[in-house]
This record gives sequence, structure tokens and C-alpha cells, in this order.
Amino acid sequence: MGKELWKGNEAIAEAAIRAGCDCFFGYPITPQSEVPEYMSVHLPQHGGVFVQSESEIAAINMVYGAGGAGMRAMTSSSSPGISLKQEGITYLAGAEVPAVIVNCMRGGPGLGTIQPSQADYYQATRGGGNGDYRTVVLAPSNVQETVDFVQEAFDIADQYRNPVMVVCDGLIGQMMEPIEWRPVPKRDLPPKTWAANGTKNHTGRNIINSLFIAPEDCDDHNVHLAKKYAEIERSEVRWEERDCDDADIVITAYGTPARIALTALEALRAEGIKVGLFRPITLWPFPEKALHDLAGQSHVKAFLDVELSSTGQMLDDVRLAVEGRKPISYLGHAGGAMPTVEEMAACAREALKEAQ
Amino acid sequence: MAIVYQKSAGLTDAELHYCPGCNHGIIHKLVAESLVELGLLDGAIGVCPVGCSVFAYNYFNCDMLEAAHGRAPAVATGVKRTHPDQAVFTYQGDGDLASIGAAEIVHAAMRGEKFTTIFVNNAIYGMTGGQMAPTTLIGQRATTCQSGRTVEQAGMPIRMAEMLSTLDGCVYAERVCVTDVANVNKAKRAIKKAFEKQMAREGFTFIEVLSTCPTNWGMTPIKAIQWLKDNMIPYYPLGVIKDKAMEVK
Repeated sequence: MGKELWKGNEAIAEAAIRAGCDCFFGYPITPQSEVPEYMSVHLPQHGGVFVQSESEIAAINMVYGAGGAGMRAMTSSSSPGISLKQEGITYLAGAEVPAVIVNCMRGGPGLGTIQPSQADYYQATRGGGNGDYRTVVLAPSNVQETVDFVQEAFDIADQYRNPVMVVCDGLIGQMMEPIEWRPVPKRDLPPKTWAANGTKNHTGRNIINSLFIAPEDCDDHNVHLAKKYAEIERSEVRWEERDCDDADIVITAYGTPARIALTALEALRAEGIKVGLFRPITLWPFPEKALHDLAGQSHVKAFLDVELSSTGQMLDDVRLAVEGRKPISYLGHAGGAMPTVEEMAACAREALKEAQ
Repeated sequence: MAIVYQKSAGLTDAELHYCPGCNHGIIHKLVAESLVELGLLDGAIGVCPVGCSVFAYNYFNCDMLEAAHGRAPAVATGVKRTHPDQAVFTYQGDGDLASIGAAEIVHAAMRGEKFTTIFVNNAIYGMTGGQMAPTTLIGQRATTCQSGRTVEQAGMPIRMAEMLSTLDGCVYAERVCVTDVANVNKAKRAIKKAFEKQMAREGFTFIEVLSTCPTNWGMTPIKAIQWLKDNMIPYYPLGVIKDKAMEVK
């Protein structure tokens, strides 16, 4: 298969169609509006349903309705819009309705900016809505991974009956890159016998619900969900390590900063500084054990976490995994400013110097 | 002996949790009977609200989805757009539909979504304990307007059937009540007609049912019926508000 040049957001939409997305409900917001635009044209041509909703809140609830009735349903938005969807996401998680949600992240807080950001890490991994729940969070670092992950996200959602988020910073959504429509792993999925699609389509009566009014029932439901989350933590965690085997200093980064880190890594290695890159691919489940083990390696002297966030958010998970075994420095920009290769290299040199 | 009356097959055997004198039970029965009589029950998908009828999924003998507060019309949109040949309905109270879910119901009506909304208007928040609703009448007491609703504080009550009727996508809107046999029969005809129009894909259909809340109104069931007749019907007139096919201009 040859390579094709695709814009990130349009590729997200096309990938969803190829994954059998039945319906898309969305609302315009920069920098993700090409997703609903592309869907409005192409999804109906494939027999799917497109509705432009009156709000982000309505869009996620349309996803809840269609997903609860057994359809492969999707919505996309960008940070302030994803904030509005949090109510719907906790209901999806509580009622165990599979769905795919793409967040093309922009700077915050509030209206922030339309430029790329990674400041929704907490919201995505901690659950921005109420209650104990988790969403699987996939974080691609280029357009190729984005189309692969969007396709796989539908299978993951269906397998666990759980919402799956694909978070890409606005840069990935807005840039064009050559990609290949390569086959993604397909999972063996059971039929959706639980779907509320009319009693004539299954035995008994199906109810999609997150209300468990009796304390014992609500407790049982939460125990059931926690078991599912533990299973996801065991089975779905993904990360990539580059040159970590002999690294004195390891950069932790995901998405676009991870790509910049690769260039910094090459530059520093050319200087003789042994740098590695640890890139979480699933933000939840976070590759905690792998990072913990890496921190225990004697050759690793220090870590440098790099994010598109002023305070550092993934930094918390890095700290939890490293558990004080090695010092951790931080480099972050918010609001669309990108760390440069030179800046990253300088921070890595400094962090290593301090550690030694 | 012939059976002359029995519980509708559209209802489960679950015991209703509603307070004595509440009209929800009658309204549930009418919706259930309508679905059965039109042969729609085994394909029907209902969406219930947050409010007193939050447990409606225990009572309607069809597949159900429990929505977040006010979002039932958006949930029903997702269901109906992907299941266009099946009967879809939302069952919502006045806090759910006229307050927190105002955007969702207006836009579902605007789009002419082909589902039916049963709107139960009892002029108060029941489940949370009697707070003021957008439909609470001027002078009516509630726990958040303890001397009675005033225009200065809360404006005039909202008439949802009339408001939604201004939208071309809403093809049928009727207000009914279930205070006596004649009105119960009228309500049943209205609900059936709404489902028929839905299945004929005419557009959005809306039945507002005036209902009592003896518990939070602080009245006996008998007095509550009289209060509804004396106070609600003059402000929320009964009858067909709109019955007009959508014109595409």
C-alpha cells in the first residue's frame, strides 16, 4: 500500500469510518472542526449517521443514546468542549456504554488559545466527571499512529464496554503527514446482547443505566467497574522506549513533545551524552511498572519530563512511578509555545549535571 | 369469565414507587397501552429522565435508557437516528425538560426528530422535595419560593407546548390531563396519535400532561386534582396546540 498525504483531523474521521463507525455527533470548535466537516460529507456515503448537535453536551448524550442502542458511536472536540462532555463521559462509564472520543487539545484554562496543548492530561486520565471511573486514553505522536489508534479505539471500547479517548495535541490534528492505511489488529468481539435496541432483537429487556440507588448495589457496581479497570491496566498498557538501555538521563514525553525529544536525543547522543526517551502511549493505563523498573536501573541518573503544560500534569504519574529513586526535572510550555530541540537539550544537560 | 380489564402488557410487574395520588401511574399506563395497541412495544426504546420518573425503566416493558438530567432528547436523537424504524420516546418531567434540558428539547424539536416526548408537568420539582420549577405558577409555594413564586424573582411560568409549537419541526403538540375518565381517554388518544405520527415520520411529537403532586403541593389527592383544574388549566390550556405537517420552504 502506498503512502498518502492526510491532514490529521480528516485522517481521524476517515479512520473512524474505516473502523465501522456507525454514527458521529459533533459540534464545531477549533482546532478539531475538520473532523465533523469530513464526517458530514463522508459518513452518510458509507450508510452512517451524522448530526451536528446544539452543544457538546448534546453530542456526548447522542453518543450515549446510539452507543447504548448498540451502535459504534463517536464524537470529537477540543479542550473547552471536552470539559462540557465530562457529564456524558461519566454516564458512559457508569452505564458501560462503549464510545470513542477524540480530544484535539488546545491551550487553557478557560478559552485559553486555539494552539496545541497537553493541559487536559488530568481531565483525561483522572476522569473530569464525577465518580470513580477510568477512560482508556491513547496518545498518538504522529498522524500515522492517530489513524491506527482511532481504528483500534472502537475495538477497545467494545471489548470493555468503556469509553476510549484518543488525545492528540492540536498540532497533530492540524498538520499533514504521509500515512499508510495499514491493517490494524482486530479483536474478537462478542455480540452486543446488552444493547437497548428493542426487545425483538434479543431475549429479555435491556436497560442502559448508571443509577444504583441502594448503597449495596452501587457498591457492587463500583467493585465490578474496578475489576474491569484492573483488567485494562493488566492488558492494555503501552509505551515506547528509545535508547533507554544505556541512558544516563531519560526524557519522558508523549505526543508532539516526544517527537521533538527524538531530535534532541540524536543531537545529545552526537555530543556523547547518553539520552533515552520513555514515551507513554496509553496515558491511562499509565506504564507505571515499566517506568518504575527503568528508574531502578543503575545507569539512569535522572529524568526530564517534557509536556505542553505550564505546571506539568503527566509529571505526577512520572513521580509516582519513579518513587523518588531518581531526580526529575521538568520543562513545560503552555498556550501553543513548543519546546525547542536546543531548549530540551540544555535542560537535559543541566539535569544530568545536577544529578552527578 | 371474560377478562374485561387487565394491566397492560406494556408494563412490567414492578410495584410503582410513586406517591399516593400522583398521576405518573396513569400516564405510564396510557403510554404502555398505546405502544401495545399500535404493535410497537417489541421495537420500542424509551429514554427516562432524572426526576420522579427516574425509575421508569423499571416499569415500561421495553428496552430503556436512563439519561442524565435534561439530556433525554439528545439521547433519544442518538437512538432514533440509528433506529429509524422503531418507536422511540422520552418521558420527562418539568424540571428535566423545561429547565436543565431546555436546549436539548428545543433543538430536538427544531430538527424535527422523529420521536415522541411525554412531558409530565406538575409545576414543581418532585423528587428533590418540592422546589420551584420553571412551570411553577405565580403565587404557588415551593421550598425555594416559600411565600409563593413572584414575577420579579422568577418571571412568568413557561408554556413548553406553545413554545415548541413555534418550531416547524414540531408537527404535533397537545396538552392533556388525567383528572377524570373523559380526560384520561383524551390523553390516551393524543399519545396514540403522537406515536402514529412518529411512525409515519412526520416529525417531532410532543404530549404535555398536566399532573398532580399531592406530596409537594401539600394536599390530599382529591384536593390536588381540584387545584390542577382551578389553577393549572387556566394557565396551561388543554387541547391541540399544533397539528400541522412540516412545510419545507
